[in-house]
Amino acid sequence: MSFRTSLGLASALAVAASMAAHAQTPSGTITIATVNNGDMIRMQGLTSEFNAQYPDIKVEWVTLEENVLRSRVTQDVATKGGQFDVMTIGTYEVPIWGENGWLVSLNDLPAEWDADDILPAIRSGLTVDGELYAAPFYAESSMVMYRTDLMEAAGLTMPEAPTWEFIREAAEAMTEGDVYGICLRGKAGWGENMALLSAMGNSFGARWFDEDWQAQFDTEQWANTINFYMDLMTNYGPPGAANNGFNENLSLFQQGKCGMWIDATVAASFVTNPNDSTVADKVGFALAPDNGLGKRGNWLWAWSLAVPAGSQQTEAAKAFVAWATSKEYTALVAEKEGWANVPPGTRQSLYDNAEYTSAASFADMTLRSINSADPTQPTVDPVPYTGVQFVAIPEFAGFATEVGQEFANALAGQQSAEQALERAQAVTTDAMEAAGY
Amino acid sequence: MARAVTPRRKAVNTALAWAVGLLIFFPILWTILTSFKTEATAIADPPVWLFFDWTLENYAVVQERSDYSRFLWNSIIIAGGSTLLGLIIAIPAAWSMAFVPSRFTKDILLWMLSTKMLPAVGVLYPIYLIFIQFGLLDTRIGLTVVIMFINLPIIVWMLYTYFKEIPGEILEAARMDGATLREEILYVLTPMAIPGIASTVLLNVILAWNEAFWTLNLTAAKAAPLTAFIASYSSPEGLFYAKLSAASTMAIAPILILGWFSQKQLVRGLTFGAVK
Repeated sequence: MSFRTSLGLASALAVAASMAAHAQTPSGTITIATVNNGDMIRMQGLTSEFNAQYPDIKVEWVTLEENVLRSRVTQDVATKGGQFDVMTIGTYEVPIWGENGWLVSLNDLPAEWDADDILPAIRSGLTVDGELYAAPFYAESSMVMYRTDLMEAAGLTMPEAPTWEFIREAAEAMTEGDVYGICLRGKAGWGENMALLSAMGNSFGARWFDEDWQAQFDTEQWANTINFYMDLMTNYGPPGAANNGFNENLSLFQQGKCGMWIDATVAASFVTNPNDSTVADKVGFALAPDNGLGKRGNWLWAWSLAVPAGSQQTEAAKAFVAWATSKEYTALVAEKEGWANVPPGTRQSLYDNAEYTSAASFADMTLRSINSADPTQPTVDPVPYTGVQFVAIPEFAGFATEVGQEFANALAGQQSAEQALERAQAVTTDAMEAAGY
Repeated sequence: MARAVTPRRKAVNTALAWAVGLLIFFPILWTILTSFKTEATAIADPPVWLFFDWTLENYAVVQERSDYSRFLWNSIIIAGGSTLLGLIIAIPAAWSMAFVPSRFTKDILLWMLSTKMLPAVGVLYPIYLIFIQFGLLDTRIGLTVVIMFINLPIIVWMLYTYFKEIPGEILEAARMDGATLREEILYVLTPMAIPGIASTVLLNVILAWNEAFWTLNLTAAKAAPLTAFIASYSSPEGLFYAKLSAASTMAIAPILILGWFSQKQLVRGLTFGAVK
């Protein structure tokens, strides 16, 4: 067979295959609720590529602020309102909603989607009783981002896996003038300061609850955690830190005001982007600190796409979810926007890809951070819950935000660390009693 | 006789008024300035005031990413529709309260106002469930009705205050000339109350335009107005302040311009009845 005939035959086969595929392609209009994060904006921009594959599915986007999105999708999924066909949710919601029967199982996604390629830590966080209820779009852990130039000037070398004591020493040595040794979250919220403090607590041997669901803020481990945090932030942190969340610290770091910043791994691509960051070529990465107790202070979060049970367009929605979380999507983003911009943290194949690891200086540390977090055994002592920086029960978001407010007040100097811990204990105990634990 | 005001005192007062006005307007001014900056300049510390490379890039990006005209159209329909619907109900209501009061009128007025004292979120779930039942979620008609109800107490109250200023004898004269009730309200009362009605309309259009709780909670893709347009540019993980500012500026521009041109009526209407 000549080259030309085989080419013709191949293209005829391809046409036939695509026609066969079209014969069963789902159709309809799907509404996708998402947040305004960089990776999601890119996904939105690539809708036309999805439509090239699925011309009969019309995609409508609803982009909302994170907290508004959370309350919007929660009320919709709980009342089976059917407003959304694909929802962007995180590792906190998936186990709870999955158990409530609010989400459609994604176990039947096509074999090419390759569920076994998903990183085990991420996959287990999105699975309930063997059913996968959401497909991870991008995942993050937390790690130390630091200024290599300031570290060198201070005469120190950042180890790959630093201890909290080293972080304190380095923060002290790097604080000078309007450069603050360390920037950490202070803004109240279960997903803001409590994400950091819960994960940090894990590395100090603290935990939210013991095995009988008793609140643990009256323990020495929590006192050590909060005292260490307060000492670090009051001596070497920026002023007004009680108002700083992810974005505020990102801004400070990009302006060259922070020596170190411990936060989401996804920040690495921002702080190394020369268009936005004044310190793009002077950033190093390390694992989140520990205290030698076997757990590090890093969290685990996966922004994921799920299909609510109230959706009328389940097949079309699943087609979108499979497309947006596939290896092909990753390759598509790499082709259009470069490897450094592909959604990170979900697939082993991405980290086996030499093109990616050489384009993204933070790839290795991101993967190691994700792999070192274990949502099923997050703490030094055993706990009855899953979740690294959260407790996967519906009441958590409410009382953890109240607890976060207490620690933010302490950081703002309105009360002592002891008072904050006492109140945190009272708030948590009351909430758990009211919830019937 | 007007009180004598020394030139010095007048200058101080003027300066003070300008200072307060500028202070109130400052956040909007800053938003507008930020919308012309790059993302890096937007977060610069110390902040950059006027001397930066002005760029229209954010507007281009926002325009490319979102269908502004669809959000704008929804805003116009919801704000205009709810105000119009509100007037149709409120004019007869205010007429009866102003000209044929009963001994319950004062209580009814206060009771109506008391609905504004409940935080909106308190009735979110009942209304959400009703909307699901009637298939009103994410529809303009549903939202128009809800916003109308939210603002109705204010419309009735404002109209009631204006109507009270109109001498009842004029309406009586019309009645003696054989005007029916409909004619009395439509051809006698309404034309006389035009300044009051105009300011009520303006204020309610502004309130409905800016309403963010219900418009965010009851819409998704189809009926979302400009408030949802702004919300879509806020990001938990990423600094997009310049784009957020551009979206905000685009969202408030129509209502800002409307307010600017109708300033006179707005001020006149709001102080109407204050001077006796």
